[in-house]
Amino acid sequence: MNVIETQQLTRRFGSFTAVDEVSLTLQEGEIFGLLGPNGAGKTTLIKMLTTLLPPSKGGASVAGFDVVRQAREVRRVIGYVPQLLSADGYLTGYENLLIFAKLFDLPRQQRDERIQRLLHMMGLEAAADQMVSTFSGGMIRRLEIAQSMLHEPRVLFLDEPTVGLDPIARRSVWEHIQRLRTEFSTTILLTTHYMEEADSLCQRIAILHQGRVAAIGTPEQLKAGLNGGSATLDEVFAHFAGAELQPSGSYFEVSRTRHDARRVG
Amino acid sequence: MTHAVSAKPCPLPRPLADAIYFWRKTFNIFEMELRKLRHDSMPLFTRAVQPLLWLLIFGQVLAATRAIPTGEFGYIAFMAPGILAQSVLFISIFYGLSIIWERDLGIIHKFLASPAPRASLVLGKGLSSGMRGISQAFIIVPLAYFLGVNVNWSLFNLLGILAVVVLGAIVFSTFSLLIAIWVKTRERFMGVGQFLTMPLFFASNAIYPIEVMPEWLQVISHFNPLTYMVDALRTMILTGSQSSFGLVTDFLVLGGVATTLVWFAARRYPTFIT
Repeated sequence: MNVIETQQLTRRFGSFTAVDEVSLTLQEGEIFGLLGPNGAGKTTLIKMLTTLLPPSKGGASVAGFDVVRQAREVRRVIGYVPQLLSADGYLTGYENLLIFAKLFDLPRQQRDERIQRLLHMMGLEAAADQMVSTFSGGMIRRLEIAQSMLHEPRVLFLDEPTVGLDPIARRSVWEHIQRLRTEFSTTILLTTHYMEEADSLCQRIAILHQGRVAAIGTPEQLKAGLNGGSATLDEVFAHFAGAELQPSGSYFEVSRTRHDARRVG
Repeated sequence: MTHAVSAKPCPLPRPLADAIYFWRKTFNIFEMELRKLRHDSMPLFTRAVQPLLWLLIFGQVLAATRAIPTGEFGYIAFMAPGILAQSVLFISIFYGLSIIWERDLGIIHKFLASPAPRASLVLGKGLSSGMRGISQAFIIVPLAYFLGVNVNWSLFNLLGILAVVVLGAIVFSTFSLLIAIWVKTRERFMGVGQFLTMPLFFASNAIYPIEVMPEWLQVISHFNPLTYMVDALRTMILTGSQSSFGLVTDFLVLGGVATTLVWFAARRYPTFIT
């Protein structure tokens, strides 16, 4: 069954087309990776699928609900971890989870059990009663993922889940994402610009370039299609997106990325 | 879906169910803010310093000059409710700053992708501003009493004071949110915030009666929600005080402005993150 379907999904900002007629389908239970350089339209695409941004043209459905006409229903069945920091530093880890459990109407009897289970799964039990402002970057990411899984969503959106994390924290986040999939069989759509991440986590990958899908398939298929089958995913990426890399990243963007990286790192 | 909501034996009529849902989500947000305050309640006390200075220094000095005609009440009695309203205004108006901070972090995105109604996200925060305002009332009203103001301690009036403080906080914090949505960055907000609070304060009856204002300012002050807030507070705090507009008018104006602003902010809220 197709959990996500987009038809010619398009978003323009003024004369700039961030996402250009993207048609994708995601099957139940797969981890799907959206790759692309900065400004390729990854985040804009996720924002449309999570109902945060209305499409300029085309449409999309998530778990059978239309992202425009049935936005409320969509929000009930998705989990979303934004690229930026979304856990509240002025609350404890447990409180961050509790508030979201309440926002998503988990019945009182289930609330605590669910919270404890996710704390355990994400390896955060010991830190549950500490203020999130004292957490490390990897812990914050795992908390945010736990937060987005409380209501056991059908689809989980992870926007650059490991940006700014050191290799060890990154690996730990990967392991936890894998576990979510095996335990809840959640469909996961993640964006990344780490090839290694896409290669080890995703069943299928789409490479976005200037708002369009430049290539799509399993990591093996993509690698096999280039250099007579001996390409690395890095080479695939460079082939489809890198050849004419936009001079992406203004001064402020760079400053902001580094700032965010410092904050989560 | 597996949600327990659908299993209710006797379904409520849709508007009622929606209203209950709206208030439950509003209180979820409110609870979150209260928990944050519990972890760090220091701001409640530091915020009280400024109103104390107004009452103890500005108030005492101006009372000694007898320059402002405040009728049967002394100047301290006249200004105490005004300073409470001012304190609520100043606390609430910088709420937009914290929401820009949360937007920059990414917290707002997550809430907007949750099923909570946008109006709940707005009003929940407004209520928390109200809570902060109430803490000021607990400091300013007793202080006024110790400075010799004849405070009306009837339960009805005390509850009325809290209600006005909460309504006023909702009005000004939501107004502040709208500005934040409009200007989008912290730097610009700081400029606009400064530029708006003082005119709101001076074009009101907080520290001098409307009658002594030049005529053009009198007209403006009638369009200022702070004027109605001060009028209601003055009527309920001071024993034997007469309202200029009538308490019903005060409450209707504050309630109406609060509802309109929350409705409008809820509509504009999603554009905050694009």
